Amino acid sequence: MIVEATHEGLYCRAGDFYIDPKSPVRQAVLTHAHSDHARVGSRRYITSDSSRELTIKRLGKGIELSTFPFGATFKLGKATVSLHPAGHILGSSQVRIEVAGEVWVVSGDYKRDDDPTCERFEVVKCDTFVTEATFALPIYNWPEASTSINEIFDWWMKNRSNAKASILFCYSLGKAQRVLGGLLTHTNQPVRLHGAIAPLTKIYREAGIPLLETLPATICTNGGDRIDFSQDLVIAPPAADGTSWMKRFGKCSTALCSGWMQIRGNRRRRGYDRGFVLSDHADWKGLIKTIKETKANRILALHGRTDVLVKYLREDGYEAEEMKPCRLHTKDSKAGGGEK
Amino acid sequence: MRAFLTLYGSLDSTTSTNEKVEAMQSYFSNVPPEDAAWALYFLSGKRIKRLAKRSDLKHWLVEASGYSQWMIDECYESVGDFAETAVLLTSHCTVPDPKAVEIKLSNWVEQKLLPLNDLAPDQKSETIKGWWNGLPLNMSFIATKLLTGGLRVGVSRLLLARALSNSTGLSKSIILHRMMGHVSPSKDMFTALVDPDTSFSQVSQPYPFFLASPIEKNVGDLGLRNKWIAEWKWDGIRAQAIRRKGKTFIWSRGEELVTERFPEVDRACSHLPDGTVLDGELIGWKKNVLSFSSLQRRLNRKNVSKKLLEEVPVRLVCYDCIEYNSHDIRNRPLSERKQILSRIIQRANQTNLTASPIIEATSWEELKLRRTESRARRVEGLMLKEINSVYETGRKRGHWWKWKVDPYTIDAVIVYAKAGSGRRANLFTDYTFAVWSDDNLVPIAKAYTGLNAKEIHNLDRWIRENTIERFGPVRSVPPKHVFEIGFEGITESKRHKSGFALRFPRILRWRKDKGPIEADRLEELRRLFFPIS
Ligand SMILES: [Zn+2]
Ligand SMILES: [Zn+2]
Repeated sequence: MIVEATHEGLYCRAGDFYIDPKSPVRQAVLTHAHSDHARVGSRRYITSDSSRELTIKRLGKGIELSTFPFGATFKLGKATVSLHPAGHILGSSQVRIEVAGEVWVVSGDYKRDDDPTCERFEVVKCDTFVTEATFALPIYNWPEASTSINEIFDWWMKNRSNAKASILFCYSLGKAQRVLGGLLTHTNQPVRLHGAIAPLTKIYREAGIPLLETLPATICTNGGDRIDFSQDLVIAPPAADGTSWMKRFGKCSTALCSGWMQIRGNRRRRGYDRGFVLSDHADWKGLIKTIKETKANRILALHGRTDVLVKYLREDGYEAEEMKPCRLHTKDSKAGGGEK
Repeated sequence: MRAFLTLYGSLDSTTSTNEKVEAMQSYFSNVPPEDAAWALYFLSGKRIKRLAKRSDLKHWLVEASGYSQWMIDECYESVGDFAETAVLLTSHCTVPDPKAVEIKLSNWVEQKLLPLNDLAPDQKSETIKGWWNGLPLNMSFIATKLLTGGLRVGVSRLLLARALSNSTGLSKSIILHRMMGHVSPSKDMFTALVDPDTSFSQVSQPYPFFLASPIEKNVGDLGLRNKWIAEWKWDGIRAQAIRRKGKTFIWSRGEELVTERFPEVDRACSHLPDGTVLDGELIGWKKNVLSFSSLQRRLNRKNVSKKLLEEVPVRLVCYDCIEYNSHDIRNRPLSERKQILSRIIQRANQTNLTASPIIEATSWEELKLRRTESRARRVEGLMLKEINSVYETGRKRGHWWKWKVDPYTIDAVIVYAKAGSGRRANLFTDYTFAVWSDDNLVPIAKAYTGLNAKEIHNLDRWIRENTIERFGPVRSVPPKHVFEIGFEGITESKRHKSGFALRFPRILRWRKDKGPIEADRLEELRRLFFPIS
């Protein structure tokens, strides 16, 4: 076992480092800057060049951080390590680890779909592939991202004509920027952002990723006039829903943008007016395709419906197992939870 | 079909009542009457029964999707709706024909859906698999929904009436009245429904039932006792008897025409004057009230045998008269309608047609005392009606109250759980409860309602963490949690292992103070309800 599951997270003994550890360790390789993967307290961090700014934003300026370009190999103990794009969010990586000729790849979170706001997923051949399984059920089949972006735009335009603000809830890091990038083909109308999303969006912009112009969603302008939101699209994290922050919009329509929205029951239960299917994780066919393409003969599954994925792969003749005991995400992920 | 799919899409994507009404209104104004008739049928929650068995559908889904049975079960558990599961699992092998949506709704139902019943099993399987693999996703979804039950879009009859009233200019009450009891959707049916000429109303047409609401306040707060009429709340089948143009029609509250099932009531009603409509309760009666389950035997048979007629004679116990001398008298005060009723019943002079007696009690205190007779009289409690109240539509609060006796209760242990459907998919919300028989727990009731959201979540988590075994979507759990279950009565049932079925079981509270061993015993139930046998 080049990588094993421990209570602190995935551990590579040969290189004496952890991947996305849950508690402080000596040396941590971070696949990406989502809060359930990048946690404070470790002595030293390693991540990709393009994840640098997001990681600093998340963990603070004081951390000891080394970054590497995608594809560059570096030595950690007896392990030869390199990072490869995972297509999940800006700078997200898979971790390739080679020890004595045996190759493991830890996928981190990944997706195979089009996303101009991050580096495209790279297939890395390996002997053992540690894959995420957030959406490992064949009911999850994403529509083209452009279809969902179209729907978001149409919804916005419809609300506009009814003088209603459009409040779109989605993750602050990755999803929000993906929507901003996607809408560029439809409009040059600025979009308003919740305060939690603005600084992350700035980092994307500085990385040279084309995004729609954005404005803050404050109650008043700098000049002190009340802002009329009735024509606006506002992007906010789901946590803002139901808080007093919402009061400023008056009449509005709400929507959630997430892979969980593929299920009608989730859409209805969450009480949003609309649900748009747009995920930064691989859907079922994405998972299966990737597993095949890595040519790995052993698959270890982590996060989400690992039980289903493992059972399915075994029926298909794979050597497959759930990566335990470390359950970084709960097994029965509820709608909207654990998707980062 | 395209317009109907759009309508469904709009209804499904909004929580606003106004937007729902607008969507329906624009649909009904723009489609031919034969399509509108079917749309109305499905939107009002009616369904075509027995088109395909669930077990067959599951099997065909294995073939159409290429996934194993266990995988389909897992997916269904996450989705909570079979039609949606089927569409999601076949979407990867679907080559949709965009032209498929161009067929008219009525043509599709009459030429594709209804004829399924005439097909041999393998033809049926090929047809349905063909839908999954060839229809655009939203149409495949609707088709499967209609195969497996209703649409359940959350529009009430009143909302439908509002939309139809907006699109036709007819009053809501006329629409509601005309909507009662229609059975087969057709061009003529819908044309009659929206006919601007309101003078002619069909001979068999019943009125919408006025329903009482459960009383929540103290009866003393209702005001003067003599402003209220009290009567027993009979435990039978609410029904309307119509006598017009020399014909009798008996409608159940489920809007089913049940005239032939109750020939003795039919005969009795022939003694009513023409142009009369009575509102009452069908009750099994032999010297005294018979149990609801014996009445049910009558309801289930279209052709009643002589033997059954003798065993369970039925009478209509009338509460109200709502049409008299061919005039709609729903707006007259109740006291006046009661007088008319008693006069009509007296003149008809039939054993199988009686007036529900008014309970004499001078004070609320005395009435409370009379209410305690309910169980012994085999009624559900009392009805309180304001003396001047008109006969309203639906469930309008304030003038008619039902004041039921407190439910029976038992303490039972949860033994199985199943995920809910629709809004509650992904959450274990359908529970099976058991009581002790010797050293075994025997299931006695299923209940879905009664817990608050927090309790549901806690129980859900406990179920997931303590599952002993899975049987498809059902999980068994160890005996640990005790719940107080309320119910209205008990009937003998061969389908249940315990030999009993509880009527209207619901969870009253989570008895965290009790351990499983303190749950009730089957023998006690038996002693309580069947003292002799
Ligand atoms: Zn994650
Ligand atoms: Zn992530």
